[in-house]
Amino acid sequence: MSAPQSLSLQASDFELFDLPEQFQLDATALTQRWKALQAQTHPDKYVAADAASKRLAMQWSVRVNEAYQRLRQPITRGAYLATLLGHPVNAEDNTAMPAAFLMQQMEWREALDEAQGDVNGLTQLADDTNAAKKTYLQLAELAFDTDKDIPRAVGAIRALMFIERFLKDVNQQLDALTP
Amino acid sequence: MALLQISEPGQSPDPHQRRIAVGIDLGTTHSLVASVRNGVAECLPDTVGRVILPSVVRYTGEGSGRQIGFDALTGQAADPANTISSVKRLMGRVRSDVHDVDNLPYTVLDTPGMASIDTCLGPKTPVEVSAELLATLRFRAEDSFDDDLFGAVITVPAYFDDAQRQATKDAAQLAGINVLRLINEPTAAAIAYGLDQASEGVFAVYDLGGGTFDISILRLSEGVFEVLATGGDSALGGDDYDRALAHLALQKAFADKAPVPESLSGEDKANLYAAARRCKEALSADGTHEATISCPLDVGDCQATITRSAFAVATDHLTQRTLQAVRRALRDAGLEKSDIEGVVMVGGSTRMPVVRDAVANLFGQDPLTNLNPDEVVALGAAIQANQLAGNNTGDALLLLDVIPLSLGIETMGGLVERIVPRNSTIPTARAQDFTTFKDGQTALALHVVQGERDLVTDCRSLARFELRGIPPMAAGVARIRVSFTVDADGMLQVDAVETNSGVQAHIDVKPSYGLSDDQIADMLRDSYATAEADIKARAVVEARVDAERMILATQSALNADGDLLSDADRATIDTHMAAVEAAKTSDDAAHIEAVTKALATVTEPFAAARMNRGITQALAGKNLNAV
Repeated sequence: MSAPQSLSLQASDFELFDLPEQFQLDATALTQRWKALQAQTHPDKYVAADAASKRLAMQWSVRVNEAYQRLRQPITRGAYLATLLGHPVNAEDNTAMPAAFLMQQMEWREALDEAQGDVNGLTQLADDTNAAKKTYLQLAELAFDTDKDIPRAVGAIRALMFIERFLKDVNQQLDALTP
Repeated sequence: MALLQISEPGQSPDPHQRRIAVGIDLGTTHSLVASVRNGVAECLPDTVGRVILPSVVRYTGEGSGRQIGFDALTGQAADPANTISSVKRLMGRVRSDVHDVDNLPYTVLDTPGMASIDTCLGPKTPVEVSAELLATLRFRAEDSFDDDLFGAVITVPAYFDDAQRQATKDAAQLAGINVLRLINEPTAAAIAYGLDQASEGVFAVYDLGGGTFDISILRLSEGVFEVLATGGDSALGGDDYDRALAHLALQKAFADKAPVPESLSGEDKANLYAAARRCKEALSADGTHEATISCPLDVGDCQATITRSAFAVATDHLTQRTLQAVRRALRDAGLEKSDIEGVVMVGGSTRMPVVRDAVANLFGQDPLTNLNPDEVVALGAAIQANQLAGNNTGDALLLLDVIPLSLGIETMGGLVERIVPRNSTIPTARAQDFTTFKDGQTALALHVVQGERDLVTDCRSLARFELRGIPPMAAGVARIRVSFTVDADGMLQVDAVETNSGVQAHIDVKPSYGLSDDQIADMLRDSYATAEADIKARAVVEARVDAERMILATQSALNADGDLLSDADRATIDTHMAAVEAAKTSDDAAHIEAVTKALATVTEPFAAARMNRGITQALAGKNLNAV
């Protein structure tokens, strides 16, 4: 691994962690480097240092945590990568999604209404949604890393954002039923 | 304002001299101070060999006006109104927040900002009462080492919110203690435990103290303590078990004529709760299945026999509340019960068999109890204090802790927009954009809250402030970026800026629940810790301490990374260092501060270059422990 000569707070998350700019990620390397970077930048290492070092340590430590959080989660990583590659996801205004997914979305909403108060039905729905999540993660990786089709990758990320919100609703209902 | 005691003028400390750093566990029921001596963490005893300091302060109006610890405890039954115990429950709280406030043996006043206690010496804030305990421990440490304290790591429940943390820091400041760091109690316990056992893997720390409950899930590997999730209840502890037992005893003794605890006199309440606590402790002894409680009250003698199972039933709702928090923390960490390698029990209340059994049952394994649950938090804090002070020559340890409760902003309709989610690793910063909703709106009120609920009224209000002077624009055009920064102590700062015009506002979150700087300054003036010190002399002393620190910090930076500097830059720094060295003997605080500041300014690019080198080395795969 060749370490970069110099890094600024403006370096991208991938540069900061010296990881390739792609969707597929070596999670072990990410966590290892996160700890190594925190070992250098954490404010605990600068308790007895001068004010400038303390301020820098705080800025860097925050920056390292921010990048780690973003890279660790596939959805935030994908959205960030798309933005870097010139295709911002624009979660609020861009509603473009694969047509098949729009149908799927409506079916799930209906299934959730039907499964109200039914633990088995909700559990089944959670399992189905988790399976769909895996599929769309694979689709995103294929579009980003193999086909370099960023607009298609953005569609997959948008689908994953919906799935994540939907899973939260399902799990909330499940939590309410299982003490 | 730094309130360090330092060496006499002209007697600059040897940079290689060990700094006296301690860990302090400021507990609901009792407090301890510990330090690393000869490589081993140990609790420091008082003059008669007791390591525990009961967290009790009695105001007497005679002599020094106060009794602290065991002396205060002895006087509690006779003088409940002036004897303050469990003050931790009031830290950073207004009266209406305090659970069961009418059941306390002393009178809690509804003072603005924070509740206070009505004593014979006037109203006392929980911060002042806690400062008495902290000062007692500080003097104990300074007597033990016959030296001034460099600083302390003070532990707080992981579930303490911003207001409670701020109150703890204020108390330390009042006691003249330099706070190196606030760390979470379960994390401190994990340090003591993990280092002692050389453990690796994922551990749960179940910490049930006198008045607070925490659960933390941590991953331990190669000296890194990574908190994955934390949860708890900052108003649930052994005190609640005592009260439940007292209630049960009243019902057994008086049947349907049983008085409600609220109706008892302060003295009766204090006596009954003390008796309940003794009964609880008796029930916790091995092989004991029942114990008696006997306590004379105004309404007659409260005599009852309590079985272990009746106690378990009467307190089951409390135990269940802790288990709910455990389950949520596991879910937040994305883990199953079976992922947990071991469960560490901390806090005196985990001696109760009902609690141990419930935890063993939940995790399907016996919890680890081989370290003294009363001491383990202070010991872990001492190890971290020793490291932060730069005394540790062995392997470095790294704490990566999280914030316990989400932070957010009130939006339209009294809803909360979450900005920093709970269990984010600290330090952290997050920003969110907001806009104006009226044409020509020139000000925006911001309300900062902490909590997990969607409605503002269900969360804790931390601060309110206004961003003013926004140029008039159509509704929805202004872009107001609100940034939350949480530091390594878990304390919040909020900034707001309108990005089109650059109008800014900044707040250290304190006003609505913390004490203002003026209040602190007033208390400091009144406090005995500063009574003898003349303000001006103190300013000179502080300026010298800062100058000395700056020289030491710069020297050690030069020793480590001096090769990064050109000869010219090095000469500039040397010149400024010599100037600070010369100014140190001056009696002019402003002059010392000015030359110290000049040195800080010229070393800034050097600090940036050093940080860069460190980061580059980290990525090049340098060993963690080489830091």
